[in-house]
Amino acid sequence: MLKFDLQEMGLRKLNNALHDQKENTNQTIWEIINPKGSHAIAVGIDAPIEVNIKGSTGYYCGGMNKQAIINVKGSVGPGVAENMMSGKVVVEGDASQYAGATGHGGLLVIKGNASSRCGISMKGINIVVHGNIGHMSAFMAQSGNLVVCGDAGDALGDSLYEAKLFVRGSVKSLGADCEEKEMRPEHIELLKYLLSESECDAKPEEFSRYGSARTLYNFNIDNSDAY
Amino acid sequence: MNKMEKPTMPRTTPRYSATFSNDVNSDIRRAAATGIYDIRGGGAKRKLPTFDDLLFLGASISRYPLEGYREKCETSITIGTRYAKNPIELDIPITIAGMSFGALSGPAKEALGRGASAAGTSTTTGDGGMTPEERGHSTKLVYQYLPSRYGMNPDDLRKADAIEIVVGQGAKPGGGGMLLGQKISDRVAEMRNLPKGIDQRSACRHPDWTGPDDLEIKILELREITGWRVPIYVKVAGARPYYDTTLAIKAGADAIVLDGMQGGTAATQDVFIEHVGQPTLAIVRPAVQALQDLGMHREVQLIISGGIRSGADVAKAMALGADAVAIGSAALIALGDNDPVHEAEYNKLGTTAGAYDDWHEGMDPAGITTQDPELMKRFDPKEGGRKLRNYLKVMTLEAQTIARACGKNHLHNLEPEDLVALTMEAAAMAQVPLAGTNWYPGKPGSSY
Repeated sequence: MLKFDLQEMGLRKLNNALHDQKENTNQTIWEIINPKGSHAIAVGIDAPIEVNIKGSTGYYCGGMNKQAIINVKGSVGPGVAENMMSGKVVVEGDASQYAGATGHGGLLVIKGNASSRCGISMKGINIVVHGNIGHMSAFMAQSGNLVVCGDAGDALGDSLYEAKLFVRGSVKSLGADCEEKEMRPEHIELLKYLLSESECDAKPEEFSRYGSARTLYNFNIDNSDAY
Repeated sequence: MNKMEKPTMPRTTPRYSATFSNDVNSDIRRAAATGIYDIRGGGAKRKLPTFDDLLFLGASISRYPLEGYREKCETSITIGTRYAKNPIELDIPITIAGMSFGALSGPAKEALGRGASAAGTSTTTGDGGMTPEERGHSTKLVYQYLPSRYGMNPDDLRKADAIEIVVGQGAKPGGGGMLLGQKISDRVAEMRNLPKGIDQRSACRHPDWTGPDDLEIKILELREITGWRVPIYVKVAGARPYYDTTLAIKAGADAIVLDGMQGGTAATQDVFIEHVGQPTLAIVRPAVQALQDLGMHREVQLIISGGIRSGADVAKAMALGADAVAIGSAALIALGDNDPVHEAEYNKLGTTAGAYDDWHEGMDPAGITTQDPELMKRFDPKEGGRKLRNYLKVMTLEAQTIARACGKNHLHNLEPEDLVALTMEAAAMAQVPLAGTNWYPGKPGSSY
């Protein structure tokens, strides 16, 4: 295991070292101590490595991740795992705004709560939040799955495209063009898989599914009141 | 009086209203018939103060010129000297502005790459990601980082020679974009991760940052991902050029791209294009002032766009303090957009060559702003690239001609002192004297 003191070594050296890891690296386990809320920790990794961050981070932790498993033993600032392509990011604490924004793939697990705009504009990523999520989550979400074991705030799934949203608790309100949908067997199977991967013991049957009503897919003046 | 007799009283001739002109009336009738605002491509079509309202003075007894065909006038420019390990070196200070694959066809993007590369300059991706055609044919490619993040991925980010964070564009400051369903082919849909045939909205704000303090952190993230190798530009609409330039510099930009309201768009509301933003002429000096106030002029490069058409425009923008310009609409015209050779087909679409702006409908007779495979076949990317190269060369030669006449051995040495304005408005906007005077409105020390 490689231990890296961020305050001592600095961000540039850390990310540079992580970027140097290739597909067949034997430096597979990394531990980062003293993150102290720094921004852009472990961004742009493209290697099958595990990075354990001992503490809380600032903005964009794990941004644009490919392949790596990044565990944060703390809370994260805005934009955790933004635009993630593949791999896994697990946050033990809470996440600030825009968690998983525009993510294309991989799995983001937030064991605490996520703030507003969780999963905004997501493009294929899977996000599982053990707690609650804030307002405007999954705004313009294109594809992928957002699983919320607690409650969702106002305007969930506003202007949603093809992403699937699963909420176990209450939904304060749905956004424009978002509606509740039938839970079919394939959705139960999908939830089983995602909950298992996220170490969450919630039961798939307890969730409701939400998706796009697809009425705003092509501009129609008769829908102008919805915007 | 017999009913058949004509009245003998004199009448005025039919008189059109300046307020309710035929154009305005047709807008009203169209709105009443359709219930939807007009969407179109291009930039502001209204008459605005432009670089045409400025003149160069040339040399005289107090200034001596350089010989036009013998003495050198340099045109090269380096962008990204502030932080990037690998700044972009361009042979000419005229770049190709961002235009999306989706709005433009693949062959059109290829032609832009071919033409720009042959002329020694850069081209820019757009909303929709980077295509192999474009990367393959562009020796210098700027990758736009947009609010929609369509097609955004770290691999393409690292293939770029520079990154341009797009905050806004001159045609629609504060507005997002829309690629209508007609242009969403299988390939466009796949690149954008959306179903085929639906309208694809590009958001007006970035999804994961708001405000200048966040932008600074976003720039840090992009630099970390790309190893601080490539320059990071920030593109803003010319709405509040002094403050936006100041904030972009503070956030750590290597270059500022400032786009006036004549700058084009693939599609947005006509009311937006014509009524929001500022003319390009008006935005240069406040941006340069911001750079100078922070001691960053020439260290953070300023790229001006929006209605740049000729070497004279290039020279004037640079004389006002810009480091380079970008062209979009002009480049499309060089490729063949709105060419009268297609007049019969423009007529079938209810328009005429020179006025065609329904680029969002995907029926471009020139095969440039379309995803229709049959229309795309009409456009030859090699020939298009050759035309663009020629056009860029001509613009450069024109700018050099003017610079030499002003006694300058580099386009960068052009200065406001070389200019006068033809109108009060242009004098005020460009802060150069009204022709025949030593005064302009707002001149420090004057009471007007």
